[in-house]
Amino acid sequence: MHKQRLVVVGNGMAGGRTLEELLKYAPDLYDITVFGAEPLPNYNRILLSPVLCGEQTLPEIILNDLLWYERHGIRLHLSSKVVKLDRTARRVVSADGTVADYDRLLLATGSQPVILPLPGKELEGVITYRDAQDTHRMIEAAARFPDAVVIGGGLLGLEAANGLKARGMKVTVVHLMPWLMERQLDPAAAQLLRQSLEARGIRFLLEAKTQAILGDSQGRACAVQLADGQQLPAQLVVMAVGIRPNTELAESARLHCNRGIVVNDTMQTFDPRIYAVGECVSHRGVAYGLVAPLFEMAKVAANHLAQYGIGRYGGSVPSTRLKVTGIDLFSAGDFQGGAGAEEIVLSDPAAGVYKKLVIRDGKLVGSVMYGDAADGAWYFKLLRDGTNVAQLRPQLMFGDRNLGNGGYQGRERAAGMTDAMEVCGCNGVCKGVIVKAIKEKGLFTLEEVRRHTKASSSCGSCTGLVEQLLAITAGGDYSPAPKAKPLCACTEHTHEEVRRTIREQHLLSADEAMKMMAWRTPNGCARCRPALNYYVLSTWPREAQDDPQSRFINERAHANIQKNGTYSVVPRMWGGSTSAAELRRIADVVDKYQIPTVKITGGQRIDLLGVRKEDLPAVWRDLDMPSGHAYAKALRTVKTCVGSEWCRFGVQDSTRLGIELEHALWRMYAPHKVKLAVSGCPRNCAEAGIKDVGVIAVDSGWEIYVAGNGGTKTEVAQFFAKVESREEVLEYAGAFLQLYREEGHYLERTVHFVARVGLDYCKARVVADRARRKALYERLQFAISEEPDPWKERVAGVARHEFESLRVIPEGEAARQ
Amino acid sequence: MTQWSRICAVSDIPPLGARVAEVAGIAIAVFRTADDRVFALRDRCPHKGGPLSQGIVHGEQVTCPLHGWVIGLGDGAAEAPDAGCTARYEVQVVDGEVWLDVTPRPAADVPSRSADLTKSGERPQPRSVVSGG
Repeated sequence: MHKQRLVVVGNGMAGGRTLEELLKYAPDLYDITVFGAEPLPNYNRILLSPVLCGEQTLPEIILNDLLWYERHGIRLHLSSKVVKLDRTARRVVSADGTVADYDRLLLATGSQPVILPLPGKELEGVITYRDAQDTHRMIEAAARFPDAVVIGGGLLGLEAANGLKARGMKVTVVHLMPWLMERQLDPAAAQLLRQSLEARGIRFLLEAKTQAILGDSQGRACAVQLADGQQLPAQLVVMAVGIRPNTELAESARLHCNRGIVVNDTMQTFDPRIYAVGECVSHRGVAYGLVAPLFEMAKVAANHLAQYGIGRYGGSVPSTRLKVTGIDLFSAGDFQGGAGAEEIVLSDPAAGVYKKLVIRDGKLVGSVMYGDAADGAWYFKLLRDGTNVAQLRPQLMFGDRNLGNGGYQGRERAAGMTDAMEVCGCNGVCKGVIVKAIKEKGLFTLEEVRRHTKASSSCGSCTGLVEQLLAITAGGDYSPAPKAKPLCACTEHTHEEVRRTIREQHLLSADEAMKMMAWRTPNGCARCRPALNYYVLSTWPREAQDDPQSRFINERAHANIQKNGTYSVVPRMWGGSTSAAELRRIADVVDKYQIPTVKITGGQRIDLLGVRKEDLPAVWRDLDMPSGHAYAKALRTVKTCVGSEWCRFGVQDSTRLGIELEHALWRMYAPHKVKLAVSGCPRNCAEAGIKDVGVIAVDSGWEIYVAGNGGTKTEVAQFFAKVESREEVLEYAGAFLQLYREEGHYLERTVHFVARVGLDYCKARVVADRARRKALYERLQFAISEEPDPWKERVAGVARHEFESLRVIPEGEAARQ
Repeated sequence: MTQWSRICAVSDIPPLGARVAEVAGIAIAVFRTADDRVFALRDRCPHKGGPLSQGIVHGEQVTCPLHGWVIGLGDGAAEAPDAGCTARYEVQVVDGEVWLDVTPRPAADVPSRSADLTKSGERPQPRSVVSGG
């Protein structure tokens, strides 16, 4: 059987990106032919502006060179514009007569610049700004002539004006509208932009209409005539008044077009063999002229071409950044506001800073930023994710670096950092290393930066900063992480989809789940297997099959692996209480097994560090204490103060409640570790304000706080409920944790879970709804009441192989056995 | 020089798991894939020396438990963009028993398996060979 033939018409960013994605999914599926009308291989059109300014060169912006095509066995026809598409014969023909037959066709014909029907438009020196050749012509003209007029004060026009100015021309921008970039900016931001460009020497004529372009005797443009009679000298006239989807070929083949080639959510045209992506398409009535949507389309088209067919393109919220060095400008979404929308505005014209956030129904729907766009990526994320920003509102305008009181996220502005400054504290990665990798390796996504530099791959607190670096360095190329993130590279499915499928299909093992959801890898990876194992166990307690091999070593060995391969052992001390007998046994164990380090933990217990793996069962046996689960994604500790039993300030018996909570919740596995604390009075000596569940005694009962975190980024727990009795504390805390167990994403702490689903949602389920709360608490008890103490089990011989090394029997000896 | 030792039965290693054999003070991790192929690597991640035997096995790879490097079981090499390599050992499965040649092979210089078979004439004659590594 011969390979299916895929023909790609258009070798721009959309076509190139789709091929890259396709080759990732299915490197050998197609015999591929590419037609490009331009003489260059796939290059980064976005970076033409830096080329025009002289900040980069053309070779630097090539995305895939000729070798790349060769290496992937792709037939590439350059300077070969396809002029005929025969859908019956499934064949395309190019202007130079090249013929290619297809089984699948991808149209990525991009867009065409709009040419105003002005007298003189055919004169020499009148150009549009679209491709490498236009850029080249502008650079040439700048070297020979003094005056340029740019018609159009939009994104492209301003970039062209800035580039020509940088190359020494006198530049006038003629714009029909009352303010610049009216599709991306409001008048206030546009005014600041105009001032700053004027300071660079660019002249602007707004609300000005061009009437004609005048030529000299050699047929070259020499001036632009405006409607009010003004004449502007210009040997170079750049028309940048907009783009129009290039649908010529599609229309000639009678494919349905409506201001763009009409495609469905899998990027197929009305002829299902024919796909279309990029600026040439019209998706749900929208044609996009920016790069980020195009990358999303490329992913979906590639996925469908690779016969996975699980990607859907649901449209994009475009965002814009002006690629003019020294000007920080960002715009996204619906920045005009209007009826039903609220605006938060910060305006400091003297400092050249303007920010506007548009909020509708508690969600951010648009933003414009000028002068300080460092938080653009963060706002864009809130916007795309549809995050409810009601709670962030007082700080919203000041950016994410003002949220919380610790951690790295956005604390430094990425742009203002020096190359030597550290971005990722976990892996010691500096800004310079990340920027270099983005430039040299052509990285576009957060995932790629993580893989190549390790930055943001551990605790993730610098993710915002890395995203900023991507946005700054890769400019418009930067693809923000997709909104619905797959669980890992083995699947397209998100955590939610996986959890739902496991519940709906009654899946009882990680293996079954992978089969049902068509995992791409035979047995997953170290990221998805532990997640799946947790999901089946937490969804179907007492039914699902635990797979020890899908657990991280700590949960398999029931101890914490250390950097030298030894383990640490933390026995449980209920509510932080212990006794002489326990301490004596611990001391004896330390002596007997020569345990090098004994340390008091932050959770009020004792850590024995440096235990050899083979000693673990014997250590546990001699300790004769329950597992502290200090190694597990499970309940760790319930920290307590001494409370009313001893403390002269204590109003309730916090130690007793802590011990009761710990007895009720220990052996509870969860999406991530869970820590509790109980304080006996509002002085809060047990630090309940930074725990997953923190309980603080008041005279009349107990206040329950949830979703605090003392880790990477300190997060103060939020008030959840006030109750009167200890029994109620158990029920409320247990129900909240069960909700987290059932709906949390694996490795998502309660703080992130609550931020995702909303505190109000949790309160509605647990506090307001008595029946649901009781049901949740019952399900929790059902799930953990029969969970064994893992140490006891292993002392009795379970999983013995885990702790024994193999005996090596040399050949001769083996033969005698 | 080859030096074959019997180390365990295939069934002693959990599927998608590993065991450790110590030879002359060197820990060797012996892995079993989902389809019962067996591989052996020095139990030291090329990154920071993490015990690969304690990692999660998937496909023909293991993820180091310390910092998540992914090491190929067949070649001992780290998955790009990480770079590094750990020593690998020849393994044979004969009648459900795992035999290990305890002389390490640098990844770059691996003799073909058939050549290896002819050299080791003293080894018990393999009746059925399921080999990996």
